[in-house]
Parts: sequence; C-alpha cells; structure tokens
Amino acid sequence: MSTRHVLLGLLATGPSHGYDLKRRHDARFPQARPLAYGQVYTTLQRLVRDGLAEVEGTDADGGPERTRYRATDEGARELADWLGRIAPPAPFVTNEIFAKVVVAILTATAGAPADPAAYLRDQRAAHKARMRELTAVKANPDADLATVLSADYALHHLDADLRWMTTTAGRLPALTQEIQHP
Amino acid sequence: MSTQQGAPLIAARDLTKTYGRTGAALRGACVELAAGEILAVTGASGSGKSTLLHCLAGIVTPDEGAVVYGQRRLDQLSEADRTLLRRTDFGVVFQFGQLIPELTALDNAALPLLLAGTSRGQARERADAWLERFGVRGQAELRPGEMSGGQAQRVALARALVTEPKAVFADEPTGALDSLAGEQVMTALVHTAREAGTAVLLVTHDAQTAAYADREVELRDGTVLEVAEAPDLAETAQPTEAPQVTEAGHEG
Repeated sequence: MSTRHVLLGLLATGPSHGYDLKRRHDARFPQARPLAYGQVYTTLQRLVRDGLAEVEGTDADGGPERTRYRATDEGARELADWLGRIAPPAPFVTNEIFAKVVVAILTATAGAPADPAAYLRDQRAAHKARMRELTAVKANPDADLATVLSADYALHHLDADLRWMTTTAGRLPALTQEIQHP
Repeated sequence: MSTQQGAPLIAARDLTKTYGRTGAALRGACVELAAGEILAVTGASGSGKSTLLHCLAGIVTPDEGAVVYGQRRLDQLSEADRTLLRRTDFGVVFQFGQLIPELTALDNAALPLLLAGTSRGQARERADAWLERFGVRGQAELRPGEMSGGQAQRVALARALVTEPKAVFADEPTGALDSLAGEQVMTALVHTAREAGTAVLLVTHDAQTAAYADREVELRDGTVLEVAEAPDLAETAQPTEAPQVTEAGHEG
C-alpha cells in the first residue's frame, strides 16, 4: 500500500494539516491500521522534497503552529498516474497461511510434530469467526460507506482464503503422498 | 448473540435418512436450534444440508432418530399434524419459485394467514406491515414476474414471517441472487428475525451468507461437525487490523 499516494489523494481534495490528514485517513480506511503521526509527517516531508506537495502556510488558531500543505501540479499528475496504473495481480504468492500449510506438510512427512489438517481446521474456524464479526459491523444500520467498503473487501478475501483452505484440506492426502514418494 | 441456555427450541438426535438406492443423505446427524438463534448449516453439495432442514421443519420424516419440538416428537406426528404445525409455528423460504405467480406480492404474503383462517382484510393489513419491514411495500401490487429476484425473495421472507413463527427455515435463500441483492435479503432477514425473536435455520454453501448467523455447524457425509469456536483472536492477532492479503501493489 502506498501511503504517499493515499496522502497525496487526500491533499488533492484540499490543503490540509498533518493532523487532519491522519484523521481523514483513519475515517476513510476504518478497518486499516491507524496511520501514525510520525509516518504522516515523514511522508509529507518526502512529498515536499519530491516536488509533489508544498507548504501553503501556517495556522496557529491560538494553539501550536501547524503547517498547511497542498498538492502541486506535479503531485496532481503523479496522483492521476498512480490511480490509473493497474496493480500487478498477485505477482508473488506469499501469505502466512499458505506458508504454514506448506511447511507443516513438509515437516509432518519428515516426522516432526506438525498437523496440517488440524491447523487448517482451526484457521478456518478463526476465519469464520472474523467473517461473522465483520458481517455484524457491516450489517449495522449505522455503518457508513467507508466501513461497508472495507468490511466487503476483507470478507471477500477471507472467503477466498476459506475456499483455498477447504480445497487444500481435501488435497492433503495426495500432497503428503507426493512428498513422501516423489 | 443468542443464548443457548435452557431447552432448545428444536433438537434433532441421530437422524438417519436414506433416499432410494443413492445412499444415505443423513447418517446420525444431531443439531439443536435455540429459541431466537440464527444457526447456519453449511457443507458441500450432497452433504445432507437440505435433508436436515426438511427433517427439522417437518417436511419429511427421518428413517431413524428423533426431532423434538417443545414437548412433541415431530417425526411421530401425522402428515396432517405436521402440515398444521408448519403453518402456525414455522416459516419456510427456498432458493426460488415459492411465490404464487398469479398473486400479487401482498396476496402472496397474506396467504399463510388466510390459510390459518384470518379474515382477508386483517390478513392483508398484517401482510402489508411485513412487506414494509422487508422494504418491498412499494411492490405490494406487483406479481412475482414483475419483481427483481431480490424483491421476490424479500416478499417470500415476509410471507415466511407473517404468521410470526417460532422458527424460519431458509434453504439457500440467496442462492439465486447476485451479491448485493443477497446482502439485502440477509440483512433484512437477520434484522427482522432478531426483532421478532424468531429462530432461523439457514442452509447455505456460501461462507459470506453463513457469516450472518450467530453460530455455524458443518455437515459432512451426513453428520454434523460443530465448527470449532475460533481460538482466542486477541492472542493470535489484532482483529481490528486489516487482514494480510497477498501484496498486489508495491510501495511507490
């Protein structure tokens, strides 16, 4: 995930302080890890360094002085470019669940105490519990669109994981056989 | 979250059901549905999910085992008594086609009340209120063929709940719908059932539909596997974090 493009996108909707950017980010991506202030300021400084954003002014409002940033024309072009550029669809198949299953099969066939079937069963139960949790969040009549979108995204991915785990559980005997008798 | 204290609303014990020569659909299936609980029954096709639903709803009787509803053995009632019980205490929704094509949405929804002897005026009035709850009052005068699949399914839900049953049996209620229409149907079903305190037995092969339930059991080869309670998520991960998915992008 490109934090700098997300912040650039938020800046494109109007000049902002670092604190406001963090707040707006967390509101738009409610199920994401909240952005750290430190990361916001570091990213803003890099955007300025690269000519994609600039300082518009400072505000005090009686409190501490805050720097207001805005996107530059080059920043707007960079943002448009990023928005139109497709993300490489799964260039690397790396995922903790996938890695654990592969290693569990390898080590179990070597006699180590690993039980891929039991792991898959427990992981599926955990996925389903999380799906119920996210569905409850989404089905709440007060849920805003940002919450619904992020819950949808997570639910579809968890569902895909579940399907893969179900299929893999079905393949375990054949996989084990193949590793034992290559 | 529904409770599981006290006697279950419906309990199935060691159900066996064999169809023809094709083999057993159920082999010793046990399941309990608590009052007001929303229970998902999942499993691959042919695992016996629908047969289990049919046994619990009194649509078919098991070859062996018991279905206990309150003080009664559903599996020992006569066909006529089971039909009567289904009319008063249960509501049923299937994947498609259960509405009567010649009747309007309102008359379809009022039908169970008319069959139970309610006056036409009263039946239509109550049916109207249920259409409203399911957000299809605007379609009240339309016939099923004039509605979208999602609307028709919500009319079917209104019809299943119009008698204020103790339990609703839903067999793949979103199976014929696209995901947004399915979501509307499930949201309406879950909210309304919770409000009315109606138990729901939801048969589905779809994990996203099952996730609307309080609890899930999985059928495999005709027996019920309790889906294990998830290990304590607080210890294994922070559940509010975005799930780790395969990176499809890169730091720009």
